Amino acid sequence: MIETGLMENIYLTIVLAPLIGSIIAGLWRNQVGRAGAHWITILGVGISSVLSLYVLKLHAFDGQPVYNDAVYTWMVSDGISFEIGFLVDNLTAMMMAVVTFVSFMVHIYTVGYMAHEEGYQRFFSYISLFTFSMLMLVMSNNFLQLFFGWEAVGLVSYLLIGFYFKKETAIFANMKAFLVNRVGDFGFLLGIAAVAMYFNTLDYHEVFAMAPSLADKQITIWGDTSWSLMTVIGVLLFIGAMGKSAQVPLHVWLPDSMEGPTPISALIHAATMVTAGVFMVARMSPIYEFSETALSFVLIIGATTAFFTGLIGIIQNDIKRVVAYSTLSQLGYMVVALGVSAYAAGLFHLMTHAFFKALLFLAAGSVIIGMHHDQDIRNMGGVRKYMPITYWTSLLGSLALIGFPGFSGFFSKDAIIEAVHFSTIPGATYAYYMVVAGVFVTALYSFRMFFLVFHGEGPRDEHAKHHIKESPWVVTLPLVMLAIPSVFIGYLTVGDVLFGDFFEGVLYVAPEHDVLAKLGEGYNGEIGFIMHGIMAKPFYLAMGGLFVAWFIYMQKPQIADWIKKKFDMVYMVLEHKYGFDGFNQFFFAGGSKGLGNILWKAGDRFFIDGLVVNGSAKTVGWLSGIVRHFQTGFLYHYAFVMIIGMVGLLVWFVLK
Amino acid sequence: MIALSDYLILGAILFSLSIAGIFINRKNVIILLMCIELMLLAVNINFIAFSHFLGDAAGQVFVFFILTVAAAEAAIGLAILVVLFRKRRNIDVDGLDVLKG
Amino acid sequence: MSYEKFIFYVFAAILVFAATMVITRKNPVHSALYLVLAFFSSAGIWLMAEAEFLAIVLVLVYVGAVMVLFLFVVMMLDIDVATLRAGMIRYLPVGVIVAVMMLVMLWMVVGPENFGLEKYAAPARHAADYNNTAELGSLLYTVYMYPFEIAAVILLVAIIAAISLTMRRREGTKYQVPSEQVAVHKKDRLRVVKMEPEDKMELK
Repeated sequence: MIETGLMENIYLTIVLAPLIGSIIAGLWRNQVGRAGAHWITILGVGISSVLSLYVLKLHAFDGQPVYNDAVYTWMVSDGISFEIGFLVDNLTAMMMAVVTFVSFMVHIYTVGYMAHEEGYQRFFSYISLFTFSMLMLVMSNNFLQLFFGWEAVGLVSYLLIGFYFKKETAIFANMKAFLVNRVGDFGFLLGIAAVAMYFNTLDYHEVFAMAPSLADKQITIWGDTSWSLMTVIGVLLFIGAMGKSAQVPLHVWLPDSMEGPTPISALIHAATMVTAGVFMVARMSPIYEFSETALSFVLIIGATTAFFTGLIGIIQNDIKRVVAYSTLSQLGYMVVALGVSAYAAGLFHLMTHAFFKALLFLAAGSVIIGMHHDQDIRNMGGVRKYMPITYWTSLLGSLALIGFPGFSGFFSKDAIIEAVHFSTIPGATYAYYMVVAGVFVTALYSFRMFFLVFHGEGPRDEHAKHHIKESPWVVTLPLVMLAIPSVFIGYLTVGDVLFGDFFEGVLYVAPEHDVLAKLGEGYNGEIGFIMHGIMAKPFYLAMGGLFVAWFIYMQKPQIADWIKKKFDMVYMVLEHKYGFDGFNQFFFAGGSKGLGNILWKAGDRFFIDGLVVNGSAKTVGWLSGIVRHFQTGFLYHYAFVMIIGMVGLLVWFVLK
Repeated sequence: MIALSDYLILGAILFSLSIAGIFINRKNVIILLMCIELMLLAVNINFIAFSHFLGDAAGQVFVFFILTVAAAEAAIGLAILVVLFRKRRNIDVDGLDVLKG
Repeated sequence: MSYEKFIFYVFAAILVFAATMVITRKNPVHSALYLVLAFFSSAGIWLMAEAEFLAIVLVLVYVGAVMVLFLFVVMMLDIDVATLRAGMIRYLPVGVIVAVMMLVMLWMVVGPENFGLEKYAAPARHAADYNNTAELGSLLYTVYMYPFEIAAVILLVAIIAAISLTMRRREGTKYQVPSEQVAVHKKDRLRVVKMEPEDKMELK
């Protein structure tokens, strides 16, 4: 147990160390140089990583009490105070540890990955800034700071997707990510506004304390419709989460964000930032529990994302995009868990996913380095021989991803599937089929990629074949470091996190929704869980997927082409990603462009320029052309007008 | 006894006559000035009548000021007329349209 | 009809007649003289309304100064009256209509039903020792001190304006320049010449 004052300093250090590193590397990049930039930022993130692990130990094992206090009050307006404050409980501590650990690994990895790139210092500055922003987001104790962190990670994400800002596609992708996130953030902001309006406070604990008393409150938005306040807030906040966590239909930016360098794909677009939405919904569990409608909405969106984005992953040929669609699908799983009130399972999957997905991304990056930045998996093959460490870590990551019993992904994913199975919330049946089918799809696309990259005939390109070699230690060390938790973290923590009291007092689950408790009744140790998993459907589906991938892509490659020809329609639909991009491009982008065009022509050029500006000038000119004839210069005309006016006034006055 | 309305109607007649004068003698600036003097006289009659009937000398003070201003106006008006005549050799208002728009 | 009323109507009739003449005479000199008559008769009416001081001022200032100024200008300027009267007939109907309308309206406002004797009873006559001038003076120098000063300034401005407007320098006229006269030096005017003494006349 450590006294509060010291804890406050530790928390501040955790947050500020990456920020200081970022500022130094960013503003004094010429002074510190390349080596200086990576040392200073790695030091900053390293400090906060070690301290975060220490904080996690204090909170999880030593019974450190929950810290919830403001460190700085920005302003107080009409009873609502705007503060910067920290709320550190087990959830926060877990998130801090995950974020800083993955970030730390990515920092080290970047030294190797970006070794020959321009803008090296800028990159380190950005990822440190990202770490700072993400920590602000997860450690916040109020909605304002949450929003700050939310937008700050969005900003850094934007900057990093467009890191190669001379590349046309990168600029397109970062603009797309930015715009799609605006849609989500708009909902999020409205949700926060609704909270501020009806709760009159932005502090989490105060809001949560008041939530039960407002559970049945109905509000009117327009007309005489009546809405449940909790549903409105829940859905609006979740719209924000849909943008940030890339849920259908706001998922379109995530695959394109792969234009950014691979380390940030691992850090931001797989492990941390995109899970912010999941974290946020879990944090808001005391609100969501009062609205079954909102939960159902969350569930259906998540289930749709989990299955359908996975399908697209099967036909992708860009190594990073396959992983990106896999990320979408896994985010869908997490959201499904939230929807059935199995918040702990969602967060558990968040944690395990952070490790194995960061691992897969970094491994993909390692392959990309080996292939000299060729990302097409059809050009790869047989990489196993040249890159053994990458191969083995990838294998572990893929097994974790498909939920092979015993690996971390197994525990979290199985828990989610079981939780959905037990849930009675509307949409749960649909979600159950989606997530179960998703298991097969996951195994299929994961091992399709795995086999195509690492097995079979050597790289198609002779030049690449000649030069390909294992990546330097700064690249492989993080792979190994991430592979360890990818394998073991699930086994070590499943009992406490899912069925224990790790989230005691952090997450609130209404008794009638508590599927994990039902699940927990049949839980008898990790080994039992694994045994049960081997018996269950998902395991066979995963093995089936693995086998199909092996059979099609290793044994009979012509089957793939045959299927492609036979199911042309399906292939086309997947190829076009269900037409979301086309629809957005046509309807929203084209629509707003058309609208802008109309407004420009009708509004700006015709109405404002033509009518208001030139029109008023012309009207004045025309009118004065007429009126100036009244100014004859003749004295008596003026006198006449005066007199007639006077007579007129008199007549009006008298005869009124 | 003379009623207040008698004075006021006299003023009204005088005022209307001077308005008619402005219409009729629209070209002759001198007569125009004289008509203005007549108008002021009509107004003054009203002031004096009200002052008399209401027993308030303030009306007479106003007449005093009006006379002052009217004298000043007549002096300047005639001076302008003289300058105008020197310039154009007549005082025909019809020619005075250089201020037109 | 009382004596007083009779006097009033006589003056009123003269006033209206004179005003009509002012606006209809061909010759501006006649107009000006009729205007003098109008001022005189209205001075009489003002006397009846016990505004003695102003009646006198009207005669002194208007008739004595302003109208003389009018006459002076009219006579000094060589005015072609014929052209000035062109279009007089054309505008006569308009003028008459407007004037009649005006009169009707004003009559409706100020007529006997609004301002008759039953509404405003005739005030009691002042006593014989009443001094209108003194009363006006005491008002002017106390309550209306400030406007009075302004009126004085207006008159001053009018004087300056009238003079500056009409002043001109004719070609070929000789003027004195007092400042130069005063600032003259001895050496500008006086030249001392040394001369050789003339040969003595030989006295023969």
